[in-house]
Amino acid sequence: MKHIKTLNQANLKKSAAKGGCGECQASCQSACKTSCTVANQKCEK
Amino acid sequence: MIHKYSLNGYNIVLDVHSGGVHVVDDVTYDLLDFVDAPVPDVCPEQAVKALADKYSLEQITDAFSEIKELWEEGILFSPDDYEQFADKMVASPIKAMCLHIAHDCNLRCQYCFAATGDFGGGRKLMDFETGKAAIDFLLEHSKGRRNLELDFFGGEPLMNFDVVKQVVEYARSKEKEYGKNFRFTVTTNGILLNDDNTDFINREMSNVVLSIDGRKEVNDRLRKRVDQSGSYDSIVPKYQKLVEKRGDRDYYVRGTFTKYNLDFTKDVMHLNELGFDQVSVEPVVGDPSTGYAITEEDLPRIFAEYETLAKELIQRKKEGKGFNFFHFMLDLDQGPCAIKRLRGCGCGNEYVAITPDGDIYPCHQFVGMENWKMGSLYDGSFDFKMKDMFARANVYGKESCKDCWAKFYCSGGCNANNLQYAGDVHKPHKLSCELEKKRLECAIMIKAAMADE
Repeated sequence: MKHIKTLNQANLKKSAAKGGCGECQASCQSACKTSCTVANQKCEK
Repeated sequence: MIHKYSLNGYNIVLDVHSGGVHVVDDVTYDLLDFVDAPVPDVCPEQAVKALADKYSLEQITDAFSEIKELWEEGILFSPDDYEQFADKMVASPIKAMCLHIAHDCNLRCQYCFAATGDFGGGRKLMDFETGKAAIDFLLEHSKGRRNLELDFFGGEPLMNFDVVKQVVEYARSKEKEYGKNFRFTVTTNGILLNDDNTDFINREMSNVVLSIDGRKEVNDRLRKRVDQSGSYDSIVPKYQKLVEKRGDRDYYVRGTFTKYNLDFTKDVMHLNELGFDQVSVEPVVGDPSTGYAITEEDLPRIFAEYETLAKELIQRKKEGKGFNFFHFMLDLDQGPCAIKRLRGCGCGNEYVAITPDGDIYPCHQFVGMENWKMGSLYDGSFDFKMKDMFARANVYGKESCKDCWAKFYCSGGCNANNLQYAGDVHKPHKLSCELEKKRLECAIMIKAAMADE
């Protein structure tokens, strides 16, 4: 493509279908304790 | 839904529901103002007319066909079909716990949300019996979950370190029998760190959060000892030693920025210069009436500061001297699944806090608010109705989150902040939202810059 560069696989929908195992870290346990950011957590799968 | 913005010379388009991130040229960026799903076969005449002064017809139609292609691939203007997963968002086992091992502290940080350590309930240390009961509670309520998280929190946990050791030992003794894997973490102000507890932490804790605000004058202004002297000189060498001995295991040096240091890039860089490569510096949470609290008028200054920090980080990364800034960490491909993102922080549902008296609260931030007590380890009470309410306090349970472009990244924000500053768990705290959105824009821009080699 000349005009658009896509940076990722855009797999959020796929992740919903297979996700929800609940084994990953509760986001607040990582560092923040006050400022919720879920997207920087790691997937355990 | 898409979100588009220009930052640091990059035109960025986030396709919210697929998670697609695109960097586009100017013609595509402008053209997107005229296009929505379903994308028609031919470029809308209105767009051609409006953009004719800036771009050639060929440029416009070319860009349009690329937009159309991405829409057909499902990575632009993709539909929101996540509500079907709503049943996966409720009734989670409880698998994470904040253990308030000490409601006492040897610092008197002015901005402390825990009322200088005692959460308003008097200075107390947790005894081993209560710690043991907390582990039993977690083992009982975590059902099918294997990985259990336990954060030793306070106050200052090192003021009660013998009990920390006993609780760890007890939990480890149960892992095999219950088929569980405990992940311990500790959040400390560093004053009492010594060789003995440093070695124990490095051996047993999967993560350690080391509190320090940055430059000496910034740290010592608010992070004072009981005698009002600063803490910086005491803690820095102890943190350096701990991190050096820790090898490649996780840790964060974790600071708070306030109205007094809106130039916090300097604090982040200072922490890195001290040898720390895992850094988190986060906005203070406080009542607007306090002098240090961040208020709406500070937003433009903070936005500019986040941009400054993002550019500094890009430069360092390109020079091979990059380090992690917690709020800019983002994995666009392998991040948490959408279900996790819908569920949010998990407080009161998969995560609870336990006080030295054995009382159960939705999270550490709720401790001390009597109305939000969920139960007690000692009388066996637990409010499942409240748990269910928190389970439903997810992105689709919060009216203003549902249609927000950042919903899959902050996941509805901090419920305690929402309650305290917006008056309702379900109403996002606007100031926190604005900060989160700016950080996210910067984090994605860093990805764009790093891909632009």
